[in-house]
Amino acid sequence: MNFLDSIWLIPLFPLFGALAMLLFGKRLDPQAPSAVAVAPGVTPVDGGHGHGHSHASAHASDHAEHGGHHASPATRWMIRILCPGMVLLSFLFSAGAVVQLLSLGEKSHQVVKYTWLAGMPFHLQDGSLGRFAADFGFLLDPLSGVMILVVTGVGFLIHVYSTGYMEHDGGYYRFFGYLNLFVFFMLMLVLANNYALLFVGWEGVGLCSYLLIGFYFHKKSAGDAGKKAFVVNRVGDAGFLLGMFLMFSVLGTVRFTEVNQALTGGRFHAEAGHFGVLSAMALLLFIGATGKSAQFPLFVWLPDAMEGPTPVSALIHAATMVTAGVYMCARSSALFQLAPETSFIVACVGAFTAILSASIALVQNDIKRVLAYSTVSQLGYMFMAVGVGAYWVAVFHLYTHAFFKALLFLGSGSVIHAMGGEQDMRKMGGLKDKIPVTFRTMFIGSVAIAGIPGLAGFFSKDEILWQVYSSPLGSKAIYIVGLITAFMTAFYMWRLMFMTFYGQPRMDAHTAAHIHESPRSMTVPLVVLAAGSVLGGWIGVPKLWSFLPESFRAFEHFLEPVFATAASHGADAAHHAAHHEAAAEWALMALSVAIAVCGILLARFLYLVRPALTEAVQRSAGPLYTTLANKWYVDEIYDFLFVNGLCKGGGSLMAGFDSRVVDGGVNGAGWLTRFASMVSIWWDTWIVDGAVRLTSFVVKLLSYPVRILQTGYVQAYALVFVAGALVFLGYYLMR
Amino acid sequence: MHPITTSHYLVLSAALLLIGTLGVLTRRNIVIILMSIELILNAVNLNLVAFSRHLDQVTGQIFAIFVIVVAVGEAAVGLGILIALFRNKETVHADEVDLLKW
Repeated sequence: MNFLDSIWLIPLFPLFGALAMLLFGKRLDPQAPSAVAVAPGVTPVDGGHGHGHSHASAHASDHAEHGGHHASPATRWMIRILCPGMVLLSFLFSAGAVVQLLSLGEKSHQVVKYTWLAGMPFHLQDGSLGRFAADFGFLLDPLSGVMILVVTGVGFLIHVYSTGYMEHDGGYYRFFGYLNLFVFFMLMLVLANNYALLFVGWEGVGLCSYLLIGFYFHKKSAGDAGKKAFVVNRVGDAGFLLGMFLMFSVLGTVRFTEVNQALTGGRFHAEAGHFGVLSAMALLLFIGATGKSAQFPLFVWLPDAMEGPTPVSALIHAATMVTAGVYMCARSSALFQLAPETSFIVACVGAFTAILSASIALVQNDIKRVLAYSTVSQLGYMFMAVGVGAYWVAVFHLYTHAFFKALLFLGSGSVIHAMGGEQDMRKMGGLKDKIPVTFRTMFIGSVAIAGIPGLAGFFSKDEILWQVYSSPLGSKAIYIVGLITAFMTAFYMWRLMFMTFYGQPRMDAHTAAHIHESPRSMTVPLVVLAAGSVLGGWIGVPKLWSFLPESFRAFEHFLEPVFATAASHGADAAHHAAHHEAAAEWALMALSVAIAVCGILLARFLYLVRPALTEAVQRSAGPLYTTLANKWYVDEIYDFLFVNGLCKGGGSLMAGFDSRVVDGGVNGAGWLTRFASMVSIWWDTWIVDGAVRLTSFVVKLLSYPVRILQTGYVQAYALVFVAGALVFLGYYLMR
Repeated sequence: MHPITTSHYLVLSAALLLIGTLGVLTRRNIVIILMSIELILNAVNLNLVAFSRHLDQVTGQIFAIFVIVVAVGEAAVGLGILIALFRNKETVHADEVDLLKW
């Protein structure tokens, strides 16, 4: 079977599942509450149905009484098989396609079904004639190959996990419908062969993110979080759109392959110190990426997105959707390579986001929020790599991060499940032996993210740090920020581990009695992801480890064709990197490992060995601790600047503007029209009509003597004839 | 016995012309006006024939026959108008009709 030509089918499987669920799910599920069709954010009118209880109570021990409102077991099994099955089918197709791609010489395959958006021709900036055309076309190359495998692979595991996790929640079919819809849009995003179609997937995953964050829409905070995510993403999307328009007006195409050709064709050169149109284009695209990938200043929506069910957090807000920005930047590598200023901005924003959110994660007590800020921080790492031109490393970190962060989120979901909905780590502790599978897998995930050699996170993170250090686009300052972030990462992850799994139990007796390991459907994905977190990194080991055969560096070689164009520009970067002596690299590697171990040990010391000291540290840190706990007040600043500043201040301003200027303008225009028409009437009556009537009056006056002669009597005329004849006769006779 | 000369004819012709003209100007009834016009025309015819005889040229007589033909047509049109007028105005009196007035 030729999978390469049927890559367009890959997104369609989940779409089928989504349509089946969203169109017919309610009929399959006759006992489903009627309010499920209400969109999140809309105040639901909930009659106390099964799905009407909160997330916390959904997992509470007394959920059995709601059983009657749930779908019949047969229906559940159908959903349970159909939805993950569709994603599995996509995964198998993707795997087949990638395997066939490997045997291709060109390592790139396009399938164009039809032209989806065809525009009018118009003049480009350089005067030539361009015609906007966006295909409904798919591009499979190593980059999108990695992405579809991550999306469908991790997506499948999370679907399986969800069948267990969402067991006690209402709206089962709705959840899976949205989840399948998300996978569809995500696959469209990564398989699109042009920016316009990518944008369709981009917006689609944003929609699904909104729907799933607000899945528990009866909770106001969930609806608000969904809206926040949507609105913040719109800000970024505006940048993306503008970047796309600029790209079309300069390059005349939005197709990836043609954009790359145009950019590498020699028409453009990287000019350092000159902020040109390409820099602007790259910057606008990056603004889009900051929205989707939760980078400063648009990262505020991601922590709030944790209001959604935990599998959603794992799939959308950790493993796949939030990496779309990284994917897009990697996809635009040729462009970013030509825009060194923007690349520098990208690296700085990435570093700043990484350290900012890592510092917030240090003091959060909500288990999911720690992971959310951790995700933001790890995305910052990816952008650091993008910023220094190490695109394959960014994608590598994206790929390893998908494993261990999905694992950590699913593990935290399992913890929450066991704790009956409790998310506060201060009320956990000592769970190690009660939920052993969850503990062991999360342990692996935490080791992986901390950067201990041998696990996935180490390889990718260390490579990023090395690239930041050695690349000509990188800098020592950014490297130090990355190193501090690595320390913080190890600390906050192990703080999470120690608070949750070690020490004395701090939950109440009722909860403690209820703690149980999650069902098989939830633990199996954890184990698979844990295996991925251990083994996933071994395809991208550092060049330094020359004792390993080249096949351990398969990831870089696999992605090489995609970034070949960028690499040819950044050739000197690689050259430069090669000049650093191996000793420096060994030293830096040892440093980052040491720092990770320090982080873990510090966390162990503060939260396990001497918990009392922690409070003393918190007290002595005083304002700093409060600032961190309040997330640097970023939300408050945004509230003050934008929400209050614009909505409220703007509201009264707008009211005044409306009543004075807008209404005034309308009224003024009305008055002016009336006045003009009055002038017009006067002119018509007196000047135009007057002239006509004057003419007729003059004619009438002058014609008066003539009219007297015309009596109308025939005989009068005859008399005049005769008189005239007599006059002539007389004249002739008298002569 | 004096022979009837051309002058006699001319006098008669002048008399007929005068009678006809007076008839046209003074009579109200349109039928009579038309008859008076016939008198004028015939005065002219008599004149033409008299001079034709006097000058020994046949042209005048031929012209007279033309005039008679035209007079017949004119009488027919005139009577047609008269009937149409009577149908519309219920009158045959010329002084009661001033449709030609502005």
